[in-house]
Amino acid sequence: MRATAGLIALTLLWSTVSAGAEDAPPPGCEVPANLLTSENTLKKVAETVSTERRLDIMVIGSRSATVTTADGSGFPGRMEAALRDKLPTIKVSVNLELQIKKTAGDVVSDLDHILEGKQPTLVIWQTGTVDAMRAVDPDDFRTAVDEGVAALQKHGADVVLMNLQYGPRMETMITTAPYLDVMRVVAQQHETPLFDRFAIMHHWNETGQFDLFNNSRGVELAKRVHDCLGRALASFVIDAARIKPAELRTQK
Amino acid sequence: MTSVTDQSAGGLTESAVRERALPPSPPVQKAPAPVGGPTSGARELRLDLFRGLALWLIFVDHLPPNLFTWLTIRNYGFSDATEIFIFISGYTAAFVYGRAMTDRGFVVASARILKRVWQIYVAHVFLFTIFLAEISYVATSFENPLYTEEMGILDFLKQPDVTIVQALLLKFRPVNMDVLPLYIVLMLFLPPILWLMQRKPDLTLGLSVMLYIITWQFDLNLPAYPNGVWFFNPFAWQLLFVFGAWCALGGARRMAPLLSSRILLGICIAYLLAAFFVTLTWHVPRLGHFVPRIIEQWMYPINKTDLDVLRFIHFLALAAVAVRFLPSNWPGLRSPWLKPAILCGQHSLEIFCLGVFLAFAGHFVLAEVSGGALIHFVVSLSGIVIMSAAAAVFSWYKQVAAKGGKDAKSAEANADLAGGGS
Repeated sequence: MRATAGLIALTLLWSTVSAGAEDAPPPGCEVPANLLTSENTLKKVAETVSTERRLDIMVIGSRSATVTTADGSGFPGRMEAALRDKLPTIKVSVNLELQIKKTAGDVVSDLDHILEGKQPTLVIWQTGTVDAMRAVDPDDFRTAVDEGVAALQKHGADVVLMNLQYGPRMETMITTAPYLDVMRVVAQQHETPLFDRFAIMHHWNETGQFDLFNNSRGVELAKRVHDCLGRALASFVIDAARIKPAELRTQK
Repeated sequence: MTSVTDQSAGGLTESAVRERALPPSPPVQKAPAPVGGPTSGARELRLDLFRGLALWLIFVDHLPPNLFTWLTIRNYGFSDATEIFIFISGYTAAFVYGRAMTDRGFVVASARILKRVWQIYVAHVFLFTIFLAEISYVATSFENPLYTEEMGILDFLKQPDVTIVQALLLKFRPVNMDVLPLYIVLMLFLPPILWLMQRKPDLTLGLSVMLYIITWQFDLNLPAYPNGVWFFNPFAWQLLFVFGAWCALGGARRMAPLLSSRILLGICIAYLLAAFFVTLTWHVPRLGHFVPRIIEQWMYPINKTDLDVLRFIHFLALAAVAVRFLPSNWPGLRSPWLKPAILCGQHSLEIFCLGVFLAFAGHFVLAEVSGGALIHFVVSLSGIVIMSAAAAVFSWYKQVAAKGGKDAKSAEANADLAGGGS
């Protein structure tokens, strides 16, 4: 397995050198195919895209949904760009509802307010980080995520859950495993796709595509990671909705 | 080849010998046949072996996931090394302090247990200090904007007054520091448990089961800081500890006929296989479809905090199979290959603390060297080597000290440290 990973990394390195073109997708974004597909489908997304040719996405996220708080360099903005690129005939909009320092439970109790007057086709709920940092009882976390997903579905949206970031230096400080488990289980029970940000970033770190140990204070690395996450998320959504971009184009 | 205990026993006072050698000859009827089986005064090496292995596994599990992690039992079933550690701790504690209680009375034995509790507490605070040092270093040197949110975890450093007091109260327990507080609480309640266990063992076990059920019914737990609850709920995990004590004080012997039944063995193996398959679906999600949804809904989540019944049964099944296939007179127990694990098991508190420290150090090394698979492997392996070497030094010292210090006082203190119910 590691040999394969090494080979992939080498191939990537080679493609970096050989590609050279400025506007090609940044190298090192590659994600193993099994992390980009889900057996659970996004039926509402599929329907709205094919009938209404639009896709309204709401991202409910914590601080790690952003690089710096203001601009579009976080993964939601990058996903929007990637989706527009891949689905040129569809009207895509992505809105970020930033819930800084809120646990899943906090978000759920505020959900009515967050959703007020909005009718997103898809809600991407990135959660777990704050709960893990505060060591919220995994049972409570599970109840909260469970209720949240149910409420979002009831509101008429498809849901994608997105788990924690992987950070090699964080492992000493934050216990992530129970929260990752809970999110996997809840996603399975609601038959909703889980975007495994943790595994993807772990993969990038293992294969050396990103040096997540990096100590520098610059935002370059963070921007590149979010760009890749945004692209991966866009592919994930398209795959989970079983959309065939080529077919959409021919329909036009 | 005699065990370390046998070699060093010569210089000890009689009471110390009784404390250290596991089943001594007079209470042979108490020595349970299958689990604590030896009929001579030899120390039960299987307990030391498994506890030593559990300590290694806990160490490996505390490191970031790597190749070695695949060797740990949590990847092959529901329970993990913590169950083994707590059960064996209950077993040996009951054995050692049970003898003391019979010989010297309730008060003296309790005093000795409390002394042990104090040692564990001091060890915990010591580890916390090391943790603080490491965290403070990370906090000042690491500012990658990708992890701005996660670095918020270090906010506690801004109010050391609260944090340190909460740590002393065992409420603030950073990553990997959950087992010792559990152990402290369990040992604190050992005197009354032992007192009752020596009179009404089945009643004690029954009460323990009842507390476990009540805990599940009413969600009992101890509060943690800054919020949440203890990661290892003492009200639930006491079941393993008390069960260990029950086995030590004759329960295992009474279960012997049950344990030798083929039907039970079959059930245990079937359960272990089923658990293995379920665990497999976690790693290969595609297999998840073979688990019926109803079972999935009933089964998940498998709660570690409250010692899920599935975990407890998994441990029982493992123990039953281990007892069956590893008789206490198994020659492998004397093999030099298993010696390191056995030595580690014989100095469990010291080696446990060392393991937590080495896990911190390992994290630190991996973070600084940006480790690949090879460095991971080296860190895991050297950790185990260091633990074994330290255990060997402790044994050597114990032996020398026992031979040198003829006076009863030092020998007894030494015995407390060594044979102690950890």
